[in-house]
Parts: sequence; structure tokens; C-alpha cells
Amino acid sequence: MRKNLNIIVAYAIMMGLIILVGIFQSWNVALSIFNMCLISAVMTMGANVQWGYAGLINFGLMGYAALGGLAAVLISVDPVPEAWRAGGFDILMCLWLIIAMIFIIRFILKNFEKTKIRTYGIAAIIIAGIVIIRITSESGIEAIEAVNPSTTGFLGGLGLPIVFSWIVGAFFAAGLAFVVGKVALGLRADYLAIATLLISEIIIAIIKHEDWLARGVKNVIGLDRPVPYEVNLQTTEWFINLVAKFNSSKLELIYNISDKQTALNQLVIEGSSVFVKLCYSGLFLIVVIALLIVTQKALYSPWGRMMRAIRDNEEAANAMGKNVVKQHLLIFILGSAIVGIAGAMLVTQDGLFTPGSYRPMRYTFLIWVMVIVGGSGNNFGAILGGFAVWFLWIEAAPISLFLINLFTVGLPETHELKVHLIESVPYFRYLLMGMGLLIIMRYRPKGILPEKIEIK
Amino acid sequence: MDFLNAIILLLNYIFVPALTYGSQLALGAIFVTLIYGILRFANFATGDMMAFGTMVTILITWYFQSLGISLGVLPTALLAIPFAIIFMIGYMLFVDKFVFSYYRVNKSPPVQLAMVSIGVMFVTQAVVRIIIGPSDRRFFDGEKFIIKAGEFKEMTGLNEGLAIKSSQVITIFVTLILVSILFWFLNKTKTGKSMRAYSDNEDLALLSGIDPKRVVMITWIIAGILATIGGALYGLDKSFKPFTYFNNMLPIFAAAIVGGIGNPFGAFLGGYVIAFSEIFITYAYKKFFMYILPKSMEPETLVQLLSTDYKFAVSFSILVIVLLYRPNGIFKGKVL
Repeated sequence: MRKNLNIIVAYAIMMGLIILVGIFQSWNVALSIFNMCLISAVMTMGANVQWGYAGLINFGLMGYAALGGLAAVLISVDPVPEAWRAGGFDILMCLWLIIAMIFIIRFILKNFEKTKIRTYGIAAIIIAGIVIIRITSESGIEAIEAVNPSTTGFLGGLGLPIVFSWIVGAFFAAGLAFVVGKVALGLRADYLAIATLLISEIIIAIIKHEDWLARGVKNVIGLDRPVPYEVNLQTTEWFINLVAKFNSSKLELIYNISDKQTALNQLVIEGSSVFVKLCYSGLFLIVVIALLIVTQKALYSPWGRMMRAIRDNEEAANAMGKNVVKQHLLIFILGSAIVGIAGAMLVTQDGLFTPGSYRPMRYTFLIWVMVIVGGSGNNFGAILGGFAVWFLWIEAAPISLFLINLFTVGLPETHELKVHLIESVPYFRYLLMGMGLLIIMRYRPKGILPEKIEIK
Repeated sequence: MDFLNAIILLLNYIFVPALTYGSQLALGAIFVTLIYGILRFANFATGDMMAFGTMVTILITWYFQSLGISLGVLPTALLAIPFAIIFMIGYMLFVDKFVFSYYRVNKSPPVQLAMVSIGVMFVTQAVVRIIIGPSDRRFFDGEKFIIKAGEFKEMTGLNEGLAIKSSQVITIFVTLILVSILFWFLNKTKTGKSMRAYSDNEDLALLSGIDPKRVVMITWIIAGILATIGGALYGLDKSFKPFTYFNNMLPIFAAAIVGGIGNPFGAFLGGYVIAFSEIFITYAYKKFFMYILPKSMEPETLVQLLSTDYKFAVSFSILVIVLLYRPNGIFKGKVL
């Protein structure tokens, strides 16, 4: 019990802060912060598996999160039959061409010795392949994008419940991680960081500009929800009764029947959005707890010990007969898959997919701040980092507004400096994040909850 | 005649813009490479440091403009740059003293320094946005064009015009001067040689009596100069927007690595490699072929290898390929 005291205290403080937001701002805000905290926690767990367990630096988190989001679209949206008829064949042809190209390259790599001719041959095949694919796909893509461009203009998805996409998103991200890992994991740490960052930018560029896939920057909105809609809830009897029961003491104070009815309506409207958010929280909590159990078990298993050995001394682990390259690839895939789940969860919660909003600041560097601040190598630390940093990220604006008002209290309302500062309140969160990161890196380099390895 | 037109077309749309853009990238890439070679970490705050330098330049330019000082046909910003450089050097040394030096003294691994630079990136970005705001700023004044497209057509009687903006000429000119001075400094002066020695082998350099503090300080001073001039030139030519500067960090990294990180000359060339390939691959050659091919063979499509949306993706792909097949870069890195 005493050993875990700091974990319990840290989490209690975090929960207390969220509850304070609930009391002072509103429960709606508190719950949406809580939900985003949970999603961030999943992302940090993914980054933590890579960085904390194995020391792999992955600055491509944004790309995996976006792939998870793409999965949500491709799973949940109804298929667009006209688009399939218009250009589906061409797209499928291209898919086959790509697969054929990969197999030809694999075949050449396996069966020919490494010479200059082989390298040039492969380059020639890739260039020829790209040209052929462009020619075959062009008419199909145009046809697809012409189908009702204001609402569809893409192939659509499978029309399945969106929750499936959490698993599919993980597989998408894992697939990308496999390719990236195969080619890039041999690089030195900082090269790997830059390479993954740039690869994720390429992924975003593709998602943004291939409109036939997921409408690109035109966004996909109105995705199906795994939870009930507010509007439906507000007319459901059991829900109204539930709200009435919860607030019975408040309602009893009102004697006028019509007043009571309006008060109840107000409460139902508020309650419905809180209820929906609670449903999301429940779903996300299941994911977070399941992942926590799995990662915790993995950390203390022989496999986890091996990973730490590899992280701390690659050569020694190699000499002990551990396949470092294979394990690195494995953990890179696992971590990325977790980030993919988080990406799908995020899109599920928002109900829309906006490729333009994927920016490295928000989806890569912020997540890294969470991992470092929380404590790399410690799952509880990573989750706490996700909570604490996201909470600060959201609450930075009100806090800095308060501070600005406090420090400029002597100045008149229209003073230039004051107006300017208040206008730039949204950017104080970057300042806060940066200062937080620098302070933690300097004075507590292992994070708030440092890694603890027990040797029994 | 058609052949000449085709050449002018390429000059106007590919060569001049790529040369300008390449120069801007080259300055940033030398900045990255110097920090990497001497301080041994990947500086993720590059883009934002350049934004900071540009912001200071803009503020001083505005001040000069309010005083009524101008350079006539040349942009006032040129006058402001030296003052901005002094400020920027102070900023760099401040950051080094309070942030980076601690980790250098403790001999932290490069990854940790890179993480710290992310912290610096956040803070710098915040400061820039708080002071000048996130929106687009233009601060170019003076004569805009050296040759206007219309004038060129009249002069030569060709169908295609060649427009050369004065900001483009200034960029190329300043870059060439700055880079020549820098290479002279690194190769010929004693301080420059000691910097190269330090980059090559730290222990040996220390043994032969090179003062590491001095080397580090001079590195930051050069970094401040490069960041300010590189950023200000980019801002003069295009416009100043903090977010674009952050994004520019990526092609700058690509240029530095393609040229062989740690090698300033490689970084210089790398900037042009990235810029030219970005523009070459995403340019639509339809008009070009219309000039050089006979009428019957005129292309129907745009003859564009990749759409301009993939401009960044091109440079990143080059980088990934280079990293995989020649991790030391085209020009062999790590020899300052």
C-alpha cells in the first residue's frame, strides 16, 4: 500500500481537479475533459510502450492516429454504390497493381544478388508502377469524386458499427508500423525521430489529398455513434424519469406544475448530454483498463524484462541471444497499434473526421510531453501524464486569463497591452507546456511517477 | 523562338523560385547541421527560432518605418536585420545558458537534448504568437520587381515573360555572401578550425587546448545570425506566418540530412537539392511541351508527375530514401 502511495495521491489529485471543474464550470466540460484525457491516456500508453519499454523514439504518432481515424470512417460510413459503380473497378485494379508490384520487388530481392543493376531495376519498377497506377486510377478517381461531391464523392465505408473500427484502426496502424519499422528501425535514435516525423507528414498529405478515400480536406461529418443521441434521449420516458428521480429534491421545491415542467425539461436537456458523455467515458474506460492490464502484465513478464534489457544495453542483450531487431519491430508495431486505437476513439467521440486538423504539434509533440511529464516506462505515469497535460492544455486559457487580469488589474480595460494579451490567451498553453516540459526534464527527468522496477 | 520561350518558361517557374527557396532552406540547413555537428543534437526548435528572429526583424522594421527611415528601393528590413541579429544572439546564448548547457555538462544522451529542444520549441512558439500573433504579416517595402513579366516580353519580343522579384535577388545574393564568409571562417581562421576539430573529435580537441565554452558560444552566435537572416529572407520573399516557419523545419531537416548532417557544405547543397526536386516534380510541364513538341504531339494532360499538394511529401520521400541507402547523406556527413 505504502509503495503505491504516490500513485494513489497523484490520481486522487487529478480526479479532484476534474471534479472541481465539474463543480465550478459545468459537468459537461468536466466530462469532455475527462473523455479526452482517457483518449490521450491511450495514446501515451502507445508511446510509452515504444519509448519507455524499448527506448524507440517515434515522432510519427500523428500518422498512426490519423490512420485510426481513417479506419473509423471506412468502417462506419455506409458504402456509396454509385461511386463503386463509377470508379470502384479502377481503384481495385490499382490495389492489385500495388500488390503485384510489392510481390515483384520481393521476388527480385529474394532471388537476385545485391548489385547495382538490381537497385536500378527496382527503382525502374517503382517509377513505372507509379506511372501505370496514375494512368489507371485517374479516370476512376475523377468519376468517384464527381458522384454527388457536396455530400459523398468518395467510396464510402462498410456500414458497420463504429466500435469495430477501434480494432481495425489498430490493424491499420500496425500495418503502417510494420512497413516503417522494416525500413527505418535501423536508424540512430534522432534520425529515427526525424524519419518517423516526416513519414507521418506524408501519411497526412495522402489522407488530405486523396479525396476518393475519405473526402480529404472536405471532411467526413455525422459519423454513427456507439451511444444514443441526445435528441432521442430527451423524448425517452425512462430517461426523463431517471432525471426526475435524480433531481427530485430540487424539483420538489417548485410547486407550480408548469414551472416544474420547464425546470424538468431544462434538466433533461442538460442531463442528456451528460449522459451521452458518460456513455463514452464508460466505453473509453473499458479500453484504458484493458490496455493497462495487458501492458502492466507485459511489463512484468519475462518479455518485459527482455525489452528493458534491450533498451538498457542492446549489445549485451544481443550477446545473450535475444533478437534485438525482431523485438524492436514487434514493439514498434504494438505501440503504434495502440495509438491507432486512440485515433479511432477520437474520431468516434467527435463524430467527424477532419484530416486538416492533424498537426504534429497536437498529435505528436503534445503526446510526447505527456509521456515525459508523466513518467516514461511506467504505465500509471503515462496515463497520469495524459490526464495532467490534457487538463492543463484545456484549462491553460482560463488560468492565463485569470493571471493576466490579476497582473494588469491597474490598467484600464482598453489599455493596448491588456487587450493584446487577452487576445493571445490561446497561445499561453504552448508556453505552459514548454515550461512544464523544460522544468520536468531538468528537475525530475524520470517524470512525475518514475519507472519502478521491482526485483523479487 | 519556341525553344527560347520554353527555356524562359522553365526559368520563370522553376529555376528562379527554386533557387530562392533553396537558398532559404540552405541557411536553415546549415543552422541545423552546425548545432548537430558541434552540440550533437537534433534541434527541433529550428523553425521557431527562425520565426523568432524574423519577428524581431519585423518589429524593428516597423519601428524604422514609423521613424520614416527607409532604404529607398531596398526593403527597410535589410537595415533592421543587423539589430535583430544582435538581439537573436542574445536570445540564443540565453537559451543555451539556462536550458542546454546543463545537459551538455552532464553529458546527457542526444535524445534527451532533442526532447529539451522540443520544450524550447513550445516556449519560443508561444512567445512569438503572443507577441506578434499567428496571422500573416508582410513587411516587404521598396521596389518589388527588378524585371516585370510584361517589360521582359516587350524587351525581348517573346511570348513568355520572366519576372524577377527583388526579394529573390536579395535572397540569393545575401545567401551567397553569408555562406562564403561562413566557409572562409570555418576553413581559414583559427577559431573556425578549432570548431571543426571539436566537431570531429571532442576529446582530442580538448586535449589540444581548445576551449569548449568558446566553441559552443561561437556556434550559437553563428546560429543566431543564420536563423535571423534565413528567417527574414523567407519572410521578405513570401510572408511571415509562425505556422509556416514551424512547418519549414521539416524540409530544412531533410536538406541537412540529405547533405550529410554535420557537414555545412553538404547542407548548403542539400537545400538546393530539396528545393529543386520539390519544384521539378510538382510542376505541370504541359506548356513546356507545347513549346518544344510539334503541334501533333501536344500533351492532353497537365504532364505533372505529382500534384502540388504533395510538395512536402516529395522532399520527405527523398529524405527517407537517402536515410535508408546512404544514412551519411549524399556528401558524407560528420566532417565539419
